[in-house]
Amino acid sequence: MKTDWVALTVFLFFFALVTAIGFVAARWRRAENAHHLDEWGLGGRSFGTVVSWFLLGGDLYTAYTFIAVPALVYAVGAAGFWAVPYTIIAWPLVFLFLPRLWSVARSKGYVTLADFARGRYGSKSVALAVAVTGIVATMPYIALQLVGIQAVLTTMHIGGSSGLGKDLPLLIAFAVLAAYTYSSGLRAPALIAFVKDTLIYIVIIVAIIYIPIRLGGYGHIFHDAATALAKTSPATGKPRGTMVSAPQAQVAYATLALGSAMALFMYPHSATGVMAAKDRLTVRRNLAIMPAYSLMLGLLLMLGFMAISAGVGKGVTGFDKNLAIPQLFQQMFPSWFAGVAFAAIGIGALVPAAIMSIAAANLFTRNIYKEFFKPDATAAQETKVAKLVSLVVKVGALGFVLGIDQSFSVNLQLLGGIWILQTFPAIVGGLFTRWFHRWGLLAGWAAGMAYGTYETYGLAAAGKPHSHFGDSKANIPWINHIGYIGITALALNVAVAVVLTLALRAIKSPEGTDETVPADYTADVDQTEHTPPVIAPVTT
Amino acid sequence: MSDLPTRPLPLVTPVRVICAILLVAPFVALLWVNSYARLTPAFIGIPFFYWYQLMWVVLSALMTGLAYVLFTREEKQRKAFRAQVSHAQVPGGEGE
Repeated sequence: MKTDWVALTVFLFFFALVTAIGFVAARWRRAENAHHLDEWGLGGRSFGTVVSWFLLGGDLYTAYTFIAVPALVYAVGAAGFWAVPYTIIAWPLVFLFLPRLWSVARSKGYVTLADFARGRYGSKSVALAVAVTGIVATMPYIALQLVGIQAVLTTMHIGGSSGLGKDLPLLIAFAVLAAYTYSSGLRAPALIAFVKDTLIYIVIIVAIIYIPIRLGGYGHIFHDAATALAKTSPATGKPRGTMVSAPQAQVAYATLALGSAMALFMYPHSATGVMAAKDRLTVRRNLAIMPAYSLMLGLLLMLGFMAISAGVGKGVTGFDKNLAIPQLFQQMFPSWFAGVAFAAIGIGALVPAAIMSIAAANLFTRNIYKEFFKPDATAAQETKVAKLVSLVVKVGALGFVLGIDQSFSVNLQLLGGIWILQTFPAIVGGLFTRWFHRWGLLAGWAAGMAYGTYETYGLAAAGKPHSHFGDSKANIPWINHIGYIGITALALNVAVAVVLTLALRAIKSPEGTDETVPADYTADVDQTEHTPPVIAPVTT
Repeated sequence: MSDLPTRPLPLVTPVRVICAILLVAPFVALLWVNSYARLTPAFIGIPFFYWYQLMWVVLSALMTGLAYVLFTREEKQRKAFRAQVSHAQVPGGEGE
């Protein structure tokens, strides 16, 4: 096959456009004190409703989402659709606690979730647990953004066939990304997110109307999909998938949705997106309008069935399902629009990758470097370290993708989801109550992490016996249903935390100093005042 | 609803209960997978399992949006009341 020059030109045009935006962003709404970590790492905590909406959407719905989630539907049918209930329930769920998180972060100057754990429990170890979990869960996530770009590049046949030549386009894309993230901080992805989300919406809307017309309507698409999914897979000896969630798969379906929704805002990059909002109303208003992205995701999943119907990957042995969506676009769209679609996915990788590396850098700087190595670091030093760490994180992610088997990053990301969920009791629990004892939380976290890792280790990937970390679903003890390991681990986590809290309280173990007061959790920026922002307590 | 509340609103109000129901409903509907795990009735060729969940995207968005509007309106009343109280008492003093 030959390189499609029209598609490539369109792709490069958009890539150049967002690169320019990325560098210009440094000058957008520049503050007087540009050396404070709030400026680089949180965009000056100044984003209003519109910017926050694009930023969060750009942050949470990543290139990997666009590639992998429909790819799962393409591969197994109904079981891949759990992403829809996940994204639906995520918003009402976070509606309950994110405004409180924003308030306490603003009133105490927290930049990361670990900062909050530190302040709430007066515990360096709980904060360290939260920070380390955040960093290790984010690394493979960044790596997966690269997998997303790679899927697009492969489909366009860019890059040589061997060694360095093959990876060169990816290296260039990432070097550019690293450069503007370094210079502009969170402002770069915030501005680029406008381009990204606009492109994504256009592509999805066109796709769900245009492709079914070419394929003979939804009835036809689902008929083809049902036929294809009913066929026996040679690898497993079972049917490839189902059209509706089978009774024995429903607990897994529901627990995956619930666990992922709970984990969503425990990720450092999501928290960063929220903390960058300028006031409490912006946060709440955004949570009410975020479901527009859920609709987009739901429609996107339909593409998985369209790819089956269009015969993408049919008869290709060992077809990489992550290529299903890019190939569908290539097959169905005229070259120029395929270029737009590829640009949407490519930029869709850059925005989250930038935010994730910033979030990981904030965590390292605030909760490891400042906490353990240089307690007297000035704001300017913090910013400098964070900028450097953002580079290190990206190089690390690149190493993941280039050095290690790609499927390993996928598995690590699944594991990362289980891990990050184990910080839920400390963070969300802490937003509402100081009842949990810090050591109880720490022990619960350790138990959840250990259980989740152990269970996942024993799971081989489909068709690859003796492999490890291949899935995130296993039998739930006592209930005897297959469910999401993250939820089982979380239940264990909470049980340990509760029992130990009761025990530690009985022996009157020191509880640590809580530097927050109830009013911090409802504080808002007083909108009648301007500089400096005044924090006024507000009761909800 | 009057613009000038005469006494502080309790922690649990009818509006807050409604908000809670609006926010909890999507959980019940979607985590109860067996309630929608079927193929028919199809809608423009899309099996029930899929269009039903997509419909909940829109429903849930409307419900979260309504909860937001109700909640924010009541919050304004609380704020107005506190402003009144603090105005009547010590300048700058805050209620609760």
